[in-house]
Amino acid sequence: MELKKISEFVWEIPEQGAMRVPARIYASQKLLEGVKGDLTLEQSKNVACLKGILRMSYTMPDAHQGYGFPIGGVAAFDLEEGIISPGGVGYDINCGVRLLKTEYMEKDITDKRKELLAEIFKEVPAGVGKGGVTKLSRNVLKEILVKGAEWAVENGYGTRDDLETTEEYGRMRGADSSFVSDRALERGIPQLGTLGAGNHFLEFQKVVQIYDQDVARVFGLHSLGQVTVMIHCGSRGLGHQVASDYIEHMENAFGIQGLPDRELVHAPIHSDLGKRYYQAMSAAVNYAFANRQMIAHWVREVFKRVLGSSQGMKQVYDVCHNVAKIEKHAIEGKEREVCIHRKGATRSFGPGRPELSEAYRSTGQPVIIPGSMGTASYLLVGTTEAESLSFSSTAHGAGRVMSRHEALRRFRGEHIRDDLARKGIELRSTSWKGVAEEAPGAYKDVDEIVRVSHEVGLGRLVAKVLPIGVMKG
Amino acid sequence: MQQYKILPHTADGKFMAFGRTLEEAFSNAALATASLMWDWSKIERSASFRVKVRGRDLEQLLLKFLGEIIYLLETRAFLLGAVEEVRLHEGAKGCRLEALFWGDKISDKYEIYGDVKAVTYNEMKIERNGQVTLQVVVDM
Repeated sequence: MELKKISEFVWEIPEQGAMRVPARIYASQKLLEGVKGDLTLEQSKNVACLKGILRMSYTMPDAHQGYGFPIGGVAAFDLEEGIISPGGVGYDINCGVRLLKTEYMEKDITDKRKELLAEIFKEVPAGVGKGGVTKLSRNVLKEILVKGAEWAVENGYGTRDDLETTEEYGRMRGADSSFVSDRALERGIPQLGTLGAGNHFLEFQKVVQIYDQDVARVFGLHSLGQVTVMIHCGSRGLGHQVASDYIEHMENAFGIQGLPDRELVHAPIHSDLGKRYYQAMSAAVNYAFANRQMIAHWVREVFKRVLGSSQGMKQVYDVCHNVAKIEKHAIEGKEREVCIHRKGATRSFGPGRPELSEAYRSTGQPVIIPGSMGTASYLLVGTTEAESLSFSSTAHGAGRVMSRHEALRRFRGEHIRDDLARKGIELRSTSWKGVAEEAPGAYKDVDEIVRVSHEVGLGRLVAKVLPIGVMKG
Repeated sequence: MQQYKILPHTADGKFMAFGRTLEEAFSNAALATASLMWDWSKIERSASFRVKVRGRDLEQLLLKFLGEIIYLLETRAFLLGAVEEVRLHEGAKGCRLEALFWGDKISDKYEIYGDVKAVTYNEMKIERNGQVTLQVVVDM
């Protein structure tokens, strides 16, 4: 495959064959070697062939092989000519990350971290097949699908300030629960307010480095050793079912002929089916916002109970990883609305974007990039350049380099726990085998990923945090 | 005959399932899917569900059939331990499948170590030459 080097961290596959636009990859030489081993570049090329795609098919620094679109794939489509694809969003719709800051310092919680973790474990249901504590009726669930985190706040989970610091203010307008199947609702009812399993986790952390004092201060981070809390989860079975349902509807309506990959199935954005998918997907996005809102509330309750106060536990931000949205972007110098797909990518709006709440309009939005379980995570800030580089998008995490099977062969959960304990990191999980599968050694180097993001200007470094306590689902 | 084989995949779960017939291969694919989450051979037989799915082609049928395992896990707390009475019909207008799932409710007796979020078409293969080989990638 022809791959042109544009600069140190920018590569391009020129338009060829059925490609309508070039494909661009943001990666260091080292990261690029990694993706050459799987189908990432092939998938990025396939995305470039889709109808109505604008500018380029983009691949973020943490990319790896997905289905249809690569994970770490970003593409925008013309609203008239373009398509919408469930494979461009992913199964875990609005998988995302929420970061809370506290006014505690590491020394304040050192003696209490076991207790904190144990209490959070009691409060936040986690693990496969684990139901929530909230018994929901179908009607309440449908209300949640429309109102998202707003529903949670109205019902006593957190405050309105949290909505100000959530992407889309915690509520995708245009969500319609009537396009969410009974099966998806059934899967959603028992799982609201649960963390899930797999790569999902809840961590408390300490700030270990601040790269940009001014921006960090605006985001609420001011001192080394300051404690933060990170929550990583998504829309659970409800979102997975919405994705599966609409892949099936689209295959049945539009067929699969000519698709290089069956998971690239799509519908014209303006078709009835395209609109229905958008509305159902938005409902799943809202479910995930409500989910993280509830979990954040329980975390505050635990801090209050164990440490005496949850004062100052303000939310830094909540970002989506897997989503399609209508956003305004400049195309050939003219601003217009496009349908952007971010699959395993984070929005990184720079200063001045009207979508941002007042608090962050002068800095750009916080971008949260979690590492793998038990390793460093980063806080970045969105940039103005990202607009022309990647439709305001950057990486979303570490990305795996080793299969779960291989990880299980190489690592043991109990050993990982002991290793982390020696580094001062407390770990609890519902399954030690699950911990082995998520071993830090099975993931890419998140440091390298954020370095590329920073150097290219997709999102700039603000702070680095390290875990103190990890709860893995 | 080997029932299934778990294959390496960087981010997700991948396996091949084998059978002398489509029915047998589909049944083994169900066990392979379960094996990514729990040890199906240790699950007691205390509950059963009759599963019925339709698909526009065999690929869609397989995807939806395996999806039933996740659906029953999440909505009925059901852990699959055995598959019986598989009947598969292929026709010009699509395919149908019926099967009986045996298993038990989630409890502390069982460790659930993996989370299969969805079954995908990625790298899906259905090969028939004397015997049947299925290849499936699931999102984890």
